[in-house]
Amino acid sequence: MLNRQGRPTQAGEGESQHHETFTGNRALEQIEPLIFEIGHHETTGVDIEKPAPFASRLGKHARQGEIGLPGLSEPEAMRHYVRLSQKNYGIDTGLFPLGSCTMKHNARLNEKMARLPGFADVHPLQPVSTVPGALELMLELARYLMTLTGMPAVALSPKAGAHGEACGMMAIKAAIAARGEGATRNVVLVPESAHGTNPATAALVGFSVKPVPARPDGTVAVEDVRALLGPEVAAIMLTNPNTCGIFEPQIVEIAAAMHAAGAYFYCDGANFNAIVGKARPGDLGVDAMHINLHKTFSTPHGGGGPGAGPVVLSERLAPFAPVPFIHVEKGKSRLVEHKADAPAGNDPFGRMTAFHGQMGMYVRALAYMLSHGADGMKQASEDAVLNANYIRAGLADLMSLPFPDHPSMHEALFDDDWLKGTGVSTLDFAKAMIDEGYHPMTVYFPLVVHGAMLIEPTESESKASLDLFIATLRDLAMAARGNDKSRFTSAPHHAPIRRLDETRAARQPVLKWERPAPVQQAAE
Amino acid sequence: MRYLPLTETDREDMLARIGVPDVDALFSDVPRGKLLEQLLDLPRAKGELEVERILGRMSAKNTAAGSVPFFVGAGAYKHHVPATVDHLIQRSEFLTSYTPYQPEIAQGTLQYLFEFQTQVAALTGMEVANASMYDGSTGTAEAVLMAHRVTRRRKAVLSGGLHPHYAQVVETLSGMADDEVVALAPDVRAGEDILGQIDDSVSCVVVQSPDVFGNLRDLKPIAEKAHAHGALLIAVFTEVVSLGAVTPPGAQDADIVVGEGQSIGNALNFGGPYVGLFAAKAKYVRQMPGRLCGETVDADGRRGFVLTLSTREQHIRRDKATSNICTNSGLCVLAFTIHMTLLGQAGLTRLAEVNHANAVKLADLLAGVNGVEVLNESFFNEFTVKLARPAAQVAEALAEKGILAGVPVSRLIPGAGLDDLLIVANTEVNTDEDRAALVAALKEVL
Repeated sequence: MLNRQGRPTQAGEGESQHHETFTGNRALEQIEPLIFEIGHHETTGVDIEKPAPFASRLGKHARQGEIGLPGLSEPEAMRHYVRLSQKNYGIDTGLFPLGSCTMKHNARLNEKMARLPGFADVHPLQPVSTVPGALELMLELARYLMTLTGMPAVALSPKAGAHGEACGMMAIKAAIAARGEGATRNVVLVPESAHGTNPATAALVGFSVKPVPARPDGTVAVEDVRALLGPEVAAIMLTNPNTCGIFEPQIVEIAAAMHAAGAYFYCDGANFNAIVGKARPGDLGVDAMHINLHKTFSTPHGGGGPGAGPVVLSERLAPFAPVPFIHVEKGKSRLVEHKADAPAGNDPFGRMTAFHGQMGMYVRALAYMLSHGADGMKQASEDAVLNANYIRAGLADLMSLPFPDHPSMHEALFDDDWLKGTGVSTLDFAKAMIDEGYHPMTVYFPLVVHGAMLIEPTESESKASLDLFIATLRDLAMAARGNDKSRFTSAPHHAPIRRLDETRAARQPVLKWERPAPVQQAAE
Repeated sequence: MRYLPLTETDREDMLARIGVPDVDALFSDVPRGKLLEQLLDLPRAKGELEVERILGRMSAKNTAAGSVPFFVGAGAYKHHVPATVDHLIQRSEFLTSYTPYQPEIAQGTLQYLFEFQTQVAALTGMEVANASMYDGSTGTAEAVLMAHRVTRRRKAVLSGGLHPHYAQVVETLSGMADDEVVALAPDVRAGEDILGQIDDSVSCVVVQSPDVFGNLRDLKPIAEKAHAHGALLIAVFTEVVSLGAVTPPGAQDADIVVGEGQSIGNALNFGGPYVGLFAAKAKYVRQMPGRLCGETVDADGRRGFVLTLSTREQHIRRDKATSNICTNSGLCVLAFTIHMTLLGQAGLTRLAEVNHANAVKLADLLAGVNGVEVLNESFFNEFTVKLARPAAQVAEALAEKGILAGVPVSRLIPGAGLDDLLIVANTEVNTDEDRAALVAALKEVL
């Protein structure tokens, strides 16, 4: 006998309301303990055959006792990390308008290329004769970078943007020392609007930092720079387009002033993505500029790296580029790994890292460049700038622009003047965006703007996506002004977790998992 | 262009909404004459297929480690990485996320960072570990600067067993700040008198174990002498798998431990990206470089994780920061921690045992070849041999026979009279056939 009653097909009854669950999970949103709470010391997810007995050569160095690390079987590990991934927001999830960080689409072709065995499975110290394709790839990447920037040389090895900054500033330091001014030229000018890495880098390389005041219009003025120049000034570190999203209008004059004073112009290239194919740093008087391959050329940010920070150098700085580098002469390329092997006229300042830099990122960046071509890269810059200005135009009547007199480049900067009296802060506004399904913009940076909100949509967003984003931010802005405070001050309400107590984390740092103390048996 | 969603109509509508005639009006701050009028001299856009062809051809010109008997190490090692690792790190939510500045929607990243820090602390035997550095070499240079901040001294002593590239990175960075570096001569047989270098002027002693020549070093006496003089011991390793078999630096009273984590979870990649491991005693945590992830609670009292102690960092402290590092090795950390979670201590111990067993087998085989002398008394999965001919020539001749035999010391330290030395690594990937092929080819070449 068949049961004639089928599966109910109507929506269930009852009001939609908040139900506690037994597990604490909420359907797709799963609570996931730490590996130390679910794994066991005897468990492993890797099968390795025990070797036949042999005579150890570890001497007295053999490890005594347990390491204290749990393992997970493969299915447990898979589930653990998949669940963790579901608590993360990525570019592939939605609009990720993090100003200055350039969260553009990460093409999977680039991932596939980086995994080709001839790139991923080659050792940095295997005979050079067995890696001609690796050198060819590095030379090709270098050619693209030099052409796009209009600069005559590039040091590829720095591992990320800040490492590139250090490389550029070390080249400047070496050039100054070679002129015999090492003891006297030790001040670097850094605008107040700069990334924190700039003053940190200058200090790391042994310079002292003098701030350049910000102008009310968000730019750096050549008079302000000139007023600070003297025989002790080694360089200026200037971001262009700057951290307010503005192309520095006096950049050529600033470069000329630096050069006339015997100093150098380091350009922070974090925002190079706005001008690729539109303007060349080499035409603007730049002496050194790092390029974040993970920003401009879309190698994935990966939750905080790895990046890559090649530095383009002017003729004056090129001889001081660090080892290793590839020297090409009469059509023949040669890998130079030691100062003593450097061609005549070169005086490498040293070495930034073991080996050759971020090869895996070079492949991805070159795949991006080949895919886009000269035409696509120019179009990408234009679209990135267009998208930012479109957002700005869509919000300018509700939110306040600190620098209305200049067009934005790839990112639109707002301040919190428009939130005055609402009881809603920039941070609250950002957290409410999370509830709407967006990653917040960069907040409270640059420091020269009060309650800054720096929105960078990149060229990867469609017009429909931007329209919905603008409509959402308008709705939030109206709510903030309309006294709907609870939508903001306790936001996010729909994220996997609510706002976290960062003060507690810093006051009583818990930086690793500790086995809980055994529960005491209750005394009778 | 497949990556650009805007249509021409969209662009026109958007320009009209902004109120400018064309896109170049948005570039009006670019100085006159500096806005490019023509496309740069580079090829035009290409489809996927064409890009694959171009890069595929370049890749095919290289000899992949997995295609030949492969014994190259000296700071980067060929290991087997479980398939699960590469699948998981390519999940969009990991691959395409940013540094976790908004913790409510980045708990995935933050939790694995917290787990990673715990794993690194356990492996090294240290109290705290950070969320990674770029690689072992830059981490070592940062450790030296950290020691200078802790001790308020500015002189580092580098062991002659420290990887020469690491020593150069330390010297380069230290040189910029006029800090003193005393680098001992290359020390093939681990016989140097490093204790004799330690006095009250020294900030730190940097010692690698296994050292670049493969020797295992006794760190305890160095730590004791350093501490007696108010100096720190910085222990370095380039082969993290060794920690599955040897006494960790933390058990020998090291103050800071730095290492290369590439061996776990990460490919060779011709040298990068890799992952720098960095651990220290808890009392020095506020002088550490790099990011730290810490546990806390949310507004409802539930456990969660955040980046913490950021008052050390560049975005807060600017020129007073402990380091300028910002982006680190996020996704390489993830690969490391997944692989380490799959291994667990049981798997890591076994993996280390196989590595050591294979290296012992190879050392015994090579010791029987005329013109080859194994120099190490102790080693883990790598050792140095003295050859009857210059090692670079031998390596080149063997490469022609399709065997990548090791790293000639002259590649790392030219002009030091060490041209007859070859550093040979042997991991779990090497088979008896690989070893037999190396021995046979060596006999022909020598």
